[in-house]
Amino acid sequence: MSELLELTAAQAADAIRRGEIEPDALWSAYRERAVADELNAYTWVAGAEPPEFDRSSPLAGVPVAVKDLFATEGIPSQAGSKILERYRPPYSATAVERLTGAGATLLGKTNQDEFAMGSSTEHSAYGPTLNPWDTGRVPGGSSGGSAAAVAAGTAPWSIGTDTGGSIRQPAALCGIVGMKPTYGAVSRYGMIAFASSLDQAGPFTRDVTDAALLLGVMVGEDPRDSTSIRLPGPIALPSATDLDGIRIGVPEELTGEGIEPGVLKAFEATLDVARELGATVEPTRLPHAPHALAAYYILAPAEASSNLARYDGVRYGLREDGADLLSMYTETREAGFGAEVKRRIMIGTYALSSGYYDAYYGRAQKVRTRISEDFRAAWESFDFIATPTSPTVAFELGAKLEDPLAMYLNDFCAVPMSLAGIPAISIPNGLADGLPTGFQLSGPAFSENRILDAAHALEKAIGFDGSKARKA
Amino acid sequence: MSLSDWEPVIGLEIHVQLKTNTKMFCGCELSFGEEPNTRTCPVCLGLPGSLPVVNARAIHYGLLMGEAFGCEIAPRSIFARKNYFYPDQAKNYQISQYDTPLCAGGHLGDVRLNRIHLEEDAAKLVHLGESGRIHGSEASIVDYNRGGTPLAEIVTEPDIHSAEEARDWLNLLRVTLRQLGVSDVNMEEGSLRADANVSVRRKGETQLNTKTELKNMNSFRFLMQGINAEVKRQVALREGGGRVQQETLHFDPTSGKLNTLRSKEEAHDYRYFPEPDLVPVVPTEEMRAEARAALPELPAARAERYAADWDIQQDTARLFAFEPDWGDFFEEAATAAAPLPARPVANLVMELRGRVDGDDPLATPVSAQAVAGLARLVEERKTTAGNARKVLEILAKEGGDPAAIIEREGLGAMADDGELAGIVAQVIAEHPDVVERIKGGNAKATGALIGPIMKATKGRADGGEVNRLIRQQLEL
Repeated sequence: MSELLELTAAQAADAIRRGEIEPDALWSAYRERAVADELNAYTWVAGAEPPEFDRSSPLAGVPVAVKDLFATEGIPSQAGSKILERYRPPYSATAVERLTGAGATLLGKTNQDEFAMGSSTEHSAYGPTLNPWDTGRVPGGSSGGSAAAVAAGTAPWSIGTDTGGSIRQPAALCGIVGMKPTYGAVSRYGMIAFASSLDQAGPFTRDVTDAALLLGVMVGEDPRDSTSIRLPGPIALPSATDLDGIRIGVPEELTGEGIEPGVLKAFEATLDVARELGATVEPTRLPHAPHALAAYYILAPAEASSNLARYDGVRYGLREDGADLLSMYTETREAGFGAEVKRRIMIGTYALSSGYYDAYYGRAQKVRTRISEDFRAAWESFDFIATPTSPTVAFELGAKLEDPLAMYLNDFCAVPMSLAGIPAISIPNGLADGLPTGFQLSGPAFSENRILDAAHALEKAIGFDGSKARKA
Repeated sequence: MSLSDWEPVIGLEIHVQLKTNTKMFCGCELSFGEEPNTRTCPVCLGLPGSLPVVNARAIHYGLLMGEAFGCEIAPRSIFARKNYFYPDQAKNYQISQYDTPLCAGGHLGDVRLNRIHLEEDAAKLVHLGESGRIHGSEASIVDYNRGGTPLAEIVTEPDIHSAEEARDWLNLLRVTLRQLGVSDVNMEEGSLRADANVSVRRKGETQLNTKTELKNMNSFRFLMQGINAEVKRQVALREGGGRVQQETLHFDPTSGKLNTLRSKEEAHDYRYFPEPDLVPVVPTEEMRAEARAALPELPAARAERYAADWDIQQDTARLFAFEPDWGDFFEEAATAAAPLPARPVANLVMELRGRVDGDDPLATPVSAQAVAGLARLVEERKTTAGNARKVLEILAKEGGDPAAIIEREGLGAMADDGELAGIVAQVIAEHPDVVERIKGGNAKATGALIGPIMKATKGRADGGEVNRLIRQQLEL
């Protein structure tokens, strides 16, 4: 049984196609682990009956865990919120349909920060998820359940969403691979929205090859999402083993103050590995990157304040009856939303208010444009920008709950790429005090294949061993 | 001081439901009285995770209006979210357009347009209980069938100066939009809704004063009532030394009164921002050319053409322009009757229009050729104008050939063979008293002779000829 669980998803898919393993056995092995999960990574686990799938399809019979906020027909899709408790959508998200259409089987829905707002998965109405490396610590967030499930080996792989680091940061804190593709590469249809102009789905996997395989199935233009785009070519399985001729820029603004020494040490070791593989590594500037977090915390809450207006008790989800319409609205939202969601709705509502719009939303949009321009300038000299994914390793449960700003700072290195809409991957690159650290590699829009190739070469050379977390 | 010292300044904001097959941002078919909540999907119900996609047909209709009214078409038109909490919006925001509408400027007739933008309609609310409004209702239920229906909002400049002008212009707009084929434009059914912005100023002044916004005038009559009532109210207020407050007023059709809906202080902050779920609409030259190619001849142009080319009366030309099916029918008849002048043909078509139900000439059995033939028979004095109306009445019922009907019904004009002169002489002889009155200077008394003459000739006599003969025989 343990041999089954040690297979990567790509290996398992191959073995199923060749008839070497029984998909039902793989299903049962993972399902049992998911049911027995003690990390609170899941908000729903599928029944014992293995789902139907087409054996000739690319992901044939490999189970996948899906972040709670993806709409799944007839299956609870609560986005980590009490306001959507027991909500079962009548339709499935495009990303989920593409996975199941490619033969993947839906193993479970994973825990998350409420409406993807958070960096620790502690802001879930269904309790925090624990980090499999140290259950006294957070797995990161907002897609903490998806990251913990893969790291703990209760799922071979999973999907999540990244608005300002919500895939990359938990991947880093859990010692696995997480990738946010170019904005628009994966359809947002059926993804319960946090901030529409930033939300982007992507894979969590044990290695880079799995990430390429899963992402390759997820991407594609979708007539139901006008902001979706077609990548210039299909996602290829990575094969590079060196970085010859690759130019890596290291932005001063994202690699200095605020990065934990252990994280910085691992980062520098990886830069050495990159050099050994043939890359040139040079410092560069992203002058506006330090303002990214401030702009992000205007734009994302502004969009969220509008996106979350629909949770009012009228049509679905929680309803608290009130004496009149207004009290039904306020009591439903008071009872249904957690503190962090309320905080962001307040910020966003304020930022869009008449008289404040230009000073906040308008100005933040200008910063966003400047950040994109910074990256565009960097691509003239570099193939990739490298930074630590998260400035810290996994922190203790509760450590930052009372200090929202400290929590926000965890996405300091991840947010600029989100604002620029560019692809970025996080790969595990070592341990600091026994906890995983992440290495972030980002490239220009549509450079997914080049990023995956470079990450593949680095991964082989780093030789990170994540099996410890899966034993637990 | 009185009302006549003041000039109303009126601008209209018109919402028209577009006649697309599907809704503005989803694939649901438009609803026409189906069971509640049967024309819905995750998108128009605002279910979590659903996304809007712009209806290409609605954009085409928007461009059609833009081209027809000579608007400037935005190179990049942006949808925005208008945020407000109310159960008639499934998302608690309406996707509309704000600072970059699809069309800006332009005009219809002598009223300038400010803009035309596209948006989605709200759902329908039904409030149970006596209040009839959401406040104080026992329960309110929502029917989302209408939610998401494409709307165009057409905003005019304040170029209208009376309730009558407002009505006439709105009618011109309605006919124009109907001919463009973009909407059913039916006020009673709600596919055309008009709000009015009203202010007053002393005659001769040019500044714009504080305006009020009038809502819920859902018929042409109510529109005029509402505007007149508000103009009167504002004039009385100003003459009494008061000031007009900026507010939104709700027209109550039962009382004909305007009630304050909300004051300026209570105005919503809609927190507009660009809709991040949609990309800008970028009309290509191809899209615009397609719209131009689809433009029919519009009423204003048609009325001008009829008056100029056919030399018919302005009123008739306008009517044919506003009812293009009758216009087409007239043109066909006038062409067939040429080189006869078009005026008598137009008169016969108007006569026919008054005799048939509905506005569709094709629904009658009368052909344009028959009307042309009848006009020719009148011109050739084969029948009289009066009898032609009778022929038309028969044609409208059963169709057929006018000449045959005249023959069959004995409606031909009298031949010029002295018969009429004889009848006239006989009637004169029978009415010496009348003759005396006529000779005594009472010209109107002639009428007392014409009646019996017409009776004797069974209407076949030409009125002009009868008059001539009376005058001749009485040596007047």
